[in-house]
Amino acid sequence: MSLLNLTAVELGKKIKASEVSVTEAAMAAFEEIEKKEEKVNSFVTVEKEKALKRAEEVQKGIADGIYTGPLAGVPVAVKDNMCTEGTLTTCSSKILSNFVPTYSSEAVLNLLDAGAVIVGKTNMDEFAMGSTTETSYYGATKNPWNTEHVPGGSSGGSCAAVAAEECFYALGSDTGGSIRQPSSFCGVTGLKPTYGTVSRYGLIAYGSSLDQIGPVAKDVTDCATILEIIASYDKKDSTSVKREDYDFTSALTDDVKGLKIGIPRDYFGEGLDAEVKEKVLAAAKVLEDKGAAVEEFDLSLVEYAIPAYYVIACAEASSNLARFDGVKYGYRTEDYQGLHNMYKKSRSEGFGAEVKRRIMLGSFVLSSGYYDAYYLKALRTKALIKQAFDKAFEKYDVILGPAAPTTAPKLGESLDDPIQMYLGDIYTISANLAGLPGISVPCGLDKNGLPVGLQLIGNCFEEKKIIRAAYAYEQTREFTHSPLTE
Amino acid sequence: MANVISDETIEYVGILAKLELSEAEKERAKKDMGEMLDYIDKLNELDTSEVEPMSHVFPVNNVFREDEVTNGDGREKTLANAPARKEDTFEVPKTIV
Repeated sequence: MSLLNLTAVELGKKIKASEVSVTEAAMAAFEEIEKKEEKVNSFVTVEKEKALKRAEEVQKGIADGIYTGPLAGVPVAVKDNMCTEGTLTTCSSKILSNFVPTYSSEAVLNLLDAGAVIVGKTNMDEFAMGSTTETSYYGATKNPWNTEHVPGGSSGGSCAAVAAEECFYALGSDTGGSIRQPSSFCGVTGLKPTYGTVSRYGLIAYGSSLDQIGPVAKDVTDCATILEIIASYDKKDSTSVKREDYDFTSALTDDVKGLKIGIPRDYFGEGLDAEVKEKVLAAAKVLEDKGAAVEEFDLSLVEYAIPAYYVIACAEASSNLARFDGVKYGYRTEDYQGLHNMYKKSRSEGFGAEVKRRIMLGSFVLSSGYYDAYYLKALRTKALIKQAFDKAFEKYDVILGPAAPTTAPKLGESLDDPIQMYLGDIYTISANLAGLPGISVPCGLDKNGLPVGLQLIGNCFEEKKIIRAAYAYEQTREFTHSPLTE
Repeated sequence: MANVISDETIEYVGILAKLELSEAEKERAKKDMGEMLDYIDKLNELDTSEVEPMSHVFPVNNVFREDEVTNGDGREKTLANAPARKEDTFEVPKTIV
């Protein structure tokens, strides 16, 4: 029997019914990892021995009634920017190449409380800065659908691992599209929750006002189930939100009658690949045929989201990454003269080119004389973008569009022209600026056999509406596995 | 390119960012930063004179909690990550001359 085709929830049911043991489930994942890692490189760290020991504990915990949740015993992979106590956490950077956290992030603790078995830590763009997973110090991750193409980023390792069936689900993080864009490229389902829904405690910060942890999985049911587990109010994260609802799975109903869906015309203009456009509009038609009211509208300000994002994200990054100085943990340069030289050399040798580029830009826009012109201007633009969404959500329940303008580009084509690469995040970034939830759901393949992602964006705290629409759409679609899984 | 980044600016930003760039990296940084700023200048098309800067999407105030110790003694585990340690302390180069 092959377990690999099962979704996380399906596997959880089999484990609960004692049809599959937790060890068997973990071994199934490790067999795939051993077969595919050489080609895909989804992981920075794989911890087989630890995971198998944990599998036995979880099996016992299930028998003893400690772990009763739907995903108890299901193998999961965690993006390498979430701290895991006792397990190397690198952020895919040289500067954290030897960092073993003394505590676990809140999202990981929530997973462990639900009986998760962590198989390893997934590769990413260094410090989550990138859209291709090529800026990792540990080598690029490849797209399981075609290993000459990128998996997207920055959660490329998490999305590739799920697509290649090296795990049954994964956690990613999304600062400007880092869950939704690689989910689109890898043909998996990824959800970025409303800002503040999942605690950021123990998530190594990139742009703190934008960062949000979320699930990457094979389908919408898995995503809703995982979100129920990882979402929590946490005093240790001052921006954590105490929500009224955490029952995301209650929205898994095949019913979109009366749901008002708006399609921003601005998301279908110049730069959008014709095949992506066709698949996304076909998905909109499916929802319309199921009873949703679909209409086009003008969202406005779309072209200002990326410049505003890069000012805000880089400013926050320049401050957040100031902590990496070679004193208390991480990489320290070998030769130095005095303290400041040690700081500078450790950082210059420890950070990669893209990270340095963003720290430099962030330091500049926050510097005296430029703060008002750049940083405050970007924050004012963010307010305008939020207003534009507020206005749209007065009329619509859900905003529908592509997750990315193209399917996955080839390896090596993106990094030389940063602005061109940044433009690839045009449809995802504004949801981060406005704090909105968004989901990417596979909606077909282009002529080269690469997946296309449909993005559904909801108003703040209205995950259930996008889950409902995504689930209803999914019922009409045959799940297509990536070729590497055959 | 409208924004021309001078050598002095790159030196200054390097000091703020605590980065020591090679000559080649400096040249690249001048070009990249200039191009990014040209792109960011697009924001000047928007009239934001009547708009307050929004740092947070929700109206949140400062969140306070009691400073209570909830974890145990993590000294050994913490120091295990130190690039250099001297007994129970982090070792750093001499800071007072």
